[in-house]
Amino acid sequence: MSTSPRRIAIFGATSDIAVAFARAHAAGGTRFALSARDGAALDRLAQDLKVRGAGEVTVRTVDFADLSQLPAIAEAMWGAFGGLDVALIAYGSLPDQAKACLDPALAEEALRLNFTSPALLVNTLAGYFEAARAGTIAVITSVAGDRGRQSNYVYGGAKGGLQTFLDGVRHRLHASGVTVLDIRPGFVATKMTQHLPQTGPLWAQPDKVASDISAAIAKRRAVLYTPWFWWVIMTIVCALPRAVFHRSKL
Amino acid sequence: MSGSDMSASPAASRTRLYGSWGNILRAEHETLAPRSVDGAREIAARLPAHSAIARGNGRSYGDVALNPGRTLVDMLGLDHFIAFDATTGRLRCEAGILLSDILAVLSRPDRDGSGWLLPVMPGTRFITVGGAIANDVHGKNAHGLGSFGCHVVDLELARSDGRRLVCSPEENPDLFAATIGGLGLTGLILTATLQLRRVPGLALEAEDIAFDRLEDFFTLDAESAQAWEYTAAWIDCLAGGEALGRGIYMRARHAPGVGAPPPARAPSRSVPLTPPLSGVNGLSVRAFNALYWRKLGSKRRKSHVGSYEKVFFPLDAIGHWNRLYGPAGFYQFQAVVPPEHAEPVTRELLAEISSARQGSMLVVLKRFGDIVSPGLISFPMPGITLALDFPNLGDATRKLLARLERIVVAAGGRIYPAKDFSMSRESFAKGYPALQDFLRHRDPAMSSAFARRMGIVEEEDAS
Repeated sequence: MSTSPRRIAIFGATSDIAVAFARAHAAGGTRFALSARDGAALDRLAQDLKVRGAGEVTVRTVDFADLSQLPAIAEAMWGAFGGLDVALIAYGSLPDQAKACLDPALAEEALRLNFTSPALLVNTLAGYFEAARAGTIAVITSVAGDRGRQSNYVYGGAKGGLQTFLDGVRHRLHASGVTVLDIRPGFVATKMTQHLPQTGPLWAQPDKVASDISAAIAKRRAVLYTPWFWWVIMTIVCALPRAVFHRSKL
Repeated sequence: MSGSDMSASPAASRTRLYGSWGNILRAEHETLAPRSVDGAREIAARLPAHSAIARGNGRSYGDVALNPGRTLVDMLGLDHFIAFDATTGRLRCEAGILLSDILAVLSRPDRDGSGWLLPVMPGTRFITVGGAIANDVHGKNAHGLGSFGCHVVDLELARSDGRRLVCSPEENPDLFAATIGGLGLTGLILTATLQLRRVPGLALEAEDIAFDRLEDFFTLDAESAQAWEYTAAWIDCLAGGEALGRGIYMRARHAPGVGAPPPARAPSRSVPLTPPLSGVNGLSVRAFNALYWRKLGSKRRKSHVGSYEKVFFPLDAIGHWNRLYGPAGFYQFQAVVPPEHAEPVTRELLAEISSARQGSMLVVLKRFGDIVSPGLISFPMPGITLALDFPNLGDATRKLLARLERIVVAAGGRIYPAKDFSMSRESFAKGYPALQDFLRHRDPAMSSAFARRMGIVEEEDAS
């Protein structure tokens, strides 16, 4: 596989990390198949990528929370350029944990968008990539999936489940030479976190996360903590004995 | 709800601390951050009177993009290219895109080294297109190509009455003229079409020449104007007496057939935090000026061919260099005086600075040509412009700035609002004779610390 992918599909293409990733790969005629819910934002991004040097950009609006749309979108994105080098799954939502504790509908919605939907999508895409015997399926999960915490276990639980699911898909695809990359960012200054302060040493910019993703794809890595120090933090958090952990407010 | 859904709402509101680039003032602002041109238009339509000002990448030294206690509309989310025609060189983009991005994406050498370049390049590439228009910035080629506004084909403006207007020399020409250099007070600039220029080689042939006194600057400048597209001089402002106005004349022109890759999108080195004391003091300024004056060696002349980065953007090499001035910050001062008074007034200004012993490291002297900017209250006008920065020593610095301002205005000159933090209302009105005309095009919702300081927006108007 060449280090610079030529055909990229992005699911949730208007997320800030996805935009930064796409822009970093636009020069040199890369072809993009983009999907997201906001059609106007997709069109704007498509124009932007073309000026930045993309060869061809197709867009498709889709509601990832509607699971019935997933097989068709997977097929359309795979078929746009007769196969893919990289599929990046970048959609998700950050639910209000306190509200999700009380409202089963809200919790269900968050679990569907952060676990069920991407898991089903990966499962479908895995079939295409397996047959082609090449390429990378990259999925943005979160460091929040590493250990359940009182402050966001609805989101964290969905992401943790997705991590395990990806582990299994990676096992399945190993024989066919397909890479499955599990991307675990920490705090990223994006519109998803716009209600938070977004300042301090732990906050990363989308550009940094995007360049880490590009490097991890080129190196065919399995799991990426981005920025790197989250690997250290999560190793410590996961190693804390339960008795100690439960006294924290994390 | 996916991340992309949130862009459907025009903006999230929150409070954030913003400062001027000179760090003279830092203040809490209510901020709105639109993610699209439609979102920005919706924001503009909901703004109350005298409430808000657009902010780009925060490189204005003074208070033109500050609005303490009120609203800033952070335009950095409008960062999309819209279209580029590689045959005509016309670029359409959103207003929050940075000049560094335009250079990185579009100014790439062809096989013969030629390419499309921004026609006007200010001293930093880390500013937005909207900010470049609102301050009608200029570069080292102002004598040949005028200001940034001279190359704006059209722009879209969101007004607080809900309208989204296309403005150009043909369409809404009055509003176009008010918006170029209009300090953001005519509404939110959403998009712009820029005419890029084809250059025979993206690399520059640059020459530095040491000169001993102010007269020599004018001689060198007169003989360079035709053959050298980019010109400016650094002045050793601590030199007095016979040596008053000595410095280094810098001139450059495109090297045909020689390419130059675009400069990096971000500085490789950065000042990580503001030191508790200013690193810029009498001692370091003396040392810097003495060394810089001698940097060309005994030949007193140096030339090279290479990237345009060092010629255009010397200060961009170190990120957050403004922090070196410590917590008290620094004042910038830039003024232009008409050609007929250029030499004596420049001499008077330099003598004033030299005798005040308040040295500056960055002292730039440059001639503006006769190309008239389309902006009603644009800063560039024919004459000589002098730019300096002074560490903030409190009263002593403000008094010096007031003396410099008096000399400039008495000579029929004007002060650059993008760099100002101390000009008087009288000097502003005198320096910008079209001010009353401009005020008719002001958007009633817009307001800034500068606008209130200048009495453009009355304090008592504010809710």
